[in-house]
Amino acid sequence: VIPAAFDYVRAGSAEEAISLIGEHGDEAKFLAGGHSLLPLMKLRLAQPSVLVDIGRITDLSYIRDAGDHIAIGALTRHMDVENSELLAQHAPLLTHATSHVGDPQVRHRGTIGGSIAHADPASDLPATTLALGATYVAQGPNGTREIAAADFYEGFLTSTLAADEMLTEIRVPKMQGAGWGFQKFNRRAQDWAIVGVAAWRRNGESGVALVNMGSIPVLATSVSAALAGGASIEEAAEQAAADAEPQADLNASVEYRTHLAKVLVRRALEAASS
Amino acid sequence: MTITDTQPERAVLGQRLLRKEDPALLTGEAKYTNDLAVPGALHLAVLRSPYASATINAVDVSAALAAPGVVAAYSGADLVDLWAGPMPCAWPVTADMKNPTHYPLAVSRANYAGDGVACVLSTSESAARDALDLISVDYTPHEAVIGLEDALSDRVVVHPDLGTNKSYTWDLKVEGTEGAVDAAFAAAAFTTKERFIQQRLIPAAMEPRAVLAMPQPFGGDMTLYSATQVPHILKVMTALTLGIPEHQMRVVAPSVGGGFGSKLNVYAEELLCVALARKHGKPVRWNEERAEASMSTIQGRGQIQDIELAADADGKLTAMRVRLIGDMGAYLQLVTPGVPLLGAFLYAGVYDLPQAYDFSCTSVFTNMTPTDAYRGAGRPEATYAIERSMDSLAAKIGIDPLELRRRNFIPTESYPYTAFTGLVYDSADHDAAASKAAEMIGYDAFRQRQATQNVPGATKRIGIGVSTYFEMCGLAPSRVLASLNYGAGGWEAATVRVLPTNKIQVVTGTAPHGQGHETAWSMIVAEKLGVSPDDVDVLHSDTAIAPLGLDTYGSRSLPVGGVAIALACDKVIDKARQIAAHQLEASPDDLEFSGGVFRVAGSPDKETPLAAIAFAAFTAHDLPDGMEPNLEAHTTYDPPNFSWPFGTHMCAVEVDTETGEVDVLQYVAVDDCGVQVNPLIVDGQVHGGVVQGLAQALYEEVVYDSDGNLKNSTLAEYLVPAASDVPPITTGHTVTPSPTNQLGVKGIGEAGTIGAAPAVINAVVDALSGLGVHDVPMPASPLNVWNAIQAAQGGSQ
Repeated sequence: VIPAAFDYVRAGSAEEAISLIGEHGDEAKFLAGGHSLLPLMKLRLAQPSVLVDIGRITDLSYIRDAGDHIAIGALTRHMDVENSELLAQHAPLLTHATSHVGDPQVRHRGTIGGSIAHADPASDLPATTLALGATYVAQGPNGTREIAAADFYEGFLTSTLAADEMLTEIRVPKMQGAGWGFQKFNRRAQDWAIVGVAAWRRNGESGVALVNMGSIPVLATSVSAALAGGASIEEAAEQAAADAEPQADLNASVEYRTHLAKVLVRRALEAASS
Repeated sequence: MTITDTQPERAVLGQRLLRKEDPALLTGEAKYTNDLAVPGALHLAVLRSPYASATINAVDVSAALAAPGVVAAYSGADLVDLWAGPMPCAWPVTADMKNPTHYPLAVSRANYAGDGVACVLSTSESAARDALDLISVDYTPHEAVIGLEDALSDRVVVHPDLGTNKSYTWDLKVEGTEGAVDAAFAAAAFTTKERFIQQRLIPAAMEPRAVLAMPQPFGGDMTLYSATQVPHILKVMTALTLGIPEHQMRVVAPSVGGGFGSKLNVYAEELLCVALARKHGKPVRWNEERAEASMSTIQGRGQIQDIELAADADGKLTAMRVRLIGDMGAYLQLVTPGVPLLGAFLYAGVYDLPQAYDFSCTSVFTNMTPTDAYRGAGRPEATYAIERSMDSLAAKIGIDPLELRRRNFIPTESYPYTAFTGLVYDSADHDAAASKAAEMIGYDAFRQRQATQNVPGATKRIGIGVSTYFEMCGLAPSRVLASLNYGAGGWEAATVRVLPTNKIQVVTGTAPHGQGHETAWSMIVAEKLGVSPDDVDVLHSDTAIAPLGLDTYGSRSLPVGGVAIALACDKVIDKARQIAAHQLEASPDDLEFSGGVFRVAGSPDKETPLAAIAFAAFTAHDLPDGMEPNLEAHTTYDPPNFSWPFGTHMCAVEVDTETGEVDVLQYVAVDDCGVQVNPLIVDGQVHGGVVQGLAQALYEEVVYDSDGNLKNSTLAEYLVPAASDVPPITTGHTVTPSPTNQLGVKGIGEAGTIGAAPAVINAVVDALSGLGVHDVPMPASPLNVWNAIQAAQGGSQ
């Protein structure tokens, strides 16, 4: 529980944060809510020499109506996402999924941007925003760029964010009239999902993403293709793991995880269709 | 013997008083060992072997010594001269038991992942931790032995100098009945043969261990503060192991945040802190990290149980055969080898088994963290085996499991009942407890609902599980402990001191670490002396204040320590009666004492309160001739028998057969712990105990890989259930006062844990029986349940 020694600097703005991270190089890490990074540091699995605290950049905490999408500042805390009426109206799948992140203590500290930038395939929000077809906005020394969620996740805990880039905004398309379903299967309420599913359907369209079914959040395109091709929910759910490379761990064998994905995709789609 | 659902009428006992300990605990005012501010203390950090088995060729601490803040760094070999003897095991269960030499730091060979091999003293905790990374150890790793049957084969030997992994074999057979077991099995109408695995568990007390050793400024005395549940035992063992004169050792347990048996021990870090504090002449302290606790504090359970039952055509038990392999881990800690023995007497549970019992336990060393007592210690294991087997037997016979139990209960009228083991069970009414539990949970209605719900193709199947238990607790009559080769007695000491203003000090040898002794002992004194519980202060857990005691474990504190306090109160009343008689000019025999007032029988105007007697005893102006001043009494109480709480637990579950998820719908616990001092505390103990049993049944399991690496050392991976994961627990009670002590009390600390695991697993198996599932291993995780269903379905095709 005692992390290795590190230096701490606090950024007052996104620009300052990016400048500080550039100054300190690879050994520096952004600190937002701290609920992913600090546990790793306490176990000495992460040993950054500098923490750039971005937690007090208040102008990156917002939820705004931006026309065809809702714009969420990266430093918006989970509790604010969970309780947002705007999001409840336009992206209820996200508010619901967020209410299943960790426990209330975690949701009061952790941020949506921190969770997505951490790129943990077992976390709820990377897969949920992936299912929703979200776009992430990254700011670097040379300005901002947009990254589609489907292009963001590279490998276990790694993304296409450059070392001197910071995630600043999450753009979630409005989904008027879409049905949705969220399944989180875990053993204790506050745990990561053993397998999770975020899904929506509207007319012939659908989006299905899987939590903890590989080294990155998985977009189950085979399921959506099957549905678009007229397959029943049951038939489409059989394709749940077709795009995934699940791993075994203490809670699940590969076989069990694959089976769970099928059951949970079916249940999520049933909810999305009801 | 009277069995009722209600408590006897008492002035104070039986009230649901809020615990006087709680305001300080809940507001953070309570001081734990780590809260004690000591300027100039050195911080100890221990380097632990990453290998489960390795020869230590060389340890180089030079880089650590050069690091900022580091005062000293030692290998195990550097410290051998500090130990007067090896780490203690107080329970040599057989004369030929093998016990490997065990020092606080390994000298030449590390025997489990987590075995201490070197240490650092530094001026800050973080500098000590940093310096560990600078110690270089040259290891030669060896193959580790993890499986118990593999260990038994001696294919790989943990301690080459012992030549075998077998520590001991201990048998329990009824003398003069040779051949009876075999004959009964040959004649049986029904038999069952089951194997159960008691997985290892991490005790996971909320407060990890913490130690602070303080040399006194002059005179050579040493004070050891430790998060321990056994300050008295620790004092004796520290003195012996370090060669410190016992009268110069003082041990204090400040507020202690739970133990569950894991702090019933003498640990390497306690001895290291004391030894290094002496060597350096400075306070030395150590705080355990959570992941460190998973490997350096003892683990619980760890058994393979083979159990066979024989029954006649009516399902009456006629014989039982039990074979255990006990997992000792790499070393024998304080009472490691005795844990399976504590269960040996209880495999027949609450059933009227004839003298046809054959028990044998062989315990082996493995390259894993040592095991030792964990809530229930041997008794949950025994109860699990018999209660699971009873369900198997019921299935074989084709009768309801509750009905099978009723046919086998020891009849109420046969109490006190001398069991085949020779132990005398003092009192019980099993049918009353079972009937009450069945009524509370709606057993018959559930069976009807089950018949309609668990139809072919159903994916949500429901089941109900029954567990009846007897708990041998209240450790213990010293002579019985002697017969088991236990290294200490089982008495408890108490002093009751009436201060001049009629406030009461109680000195107890019990060592509470969450149980609420301050409240409960105050209530006993209040009941006896007619004062308010608020006027009683309970002093404990400091060997300078409470020099005599045998501490808190084995559900012993109330039936031994609490009774000792009642007896000391009696002595105080006797002396006060003499003074009152002297002042009232009456015969002591004519005085009645109630509500804190002495009255002369038949003369209602002649009375004097205890408060006046207390002050008179203090001033000593007018005491009977020859009487010593002051009003206090001391008792040491050695109980005549164990205490025998019993009960019935029932659990209803729904299993999602698609995912393997178990949802506990209802949990009912009917426990009989005799007279309840404080039913609020009793409920708390039952709740906590049930949760720990349910945790073994559904959540917890220590996982080692084949190389002996602990795979789930953090609380993210080792699944202690949180409040949100625990179902509502409904408690009920029957009250069968213990005939062996004046309060009529029995222990309750372990009962919930003993009853819970089999009730839950019986329910899960009951839910799945229609799918051909006969057993589900603990924990019944979704993965294990799903695998059991797959195996059963595959087997039936």
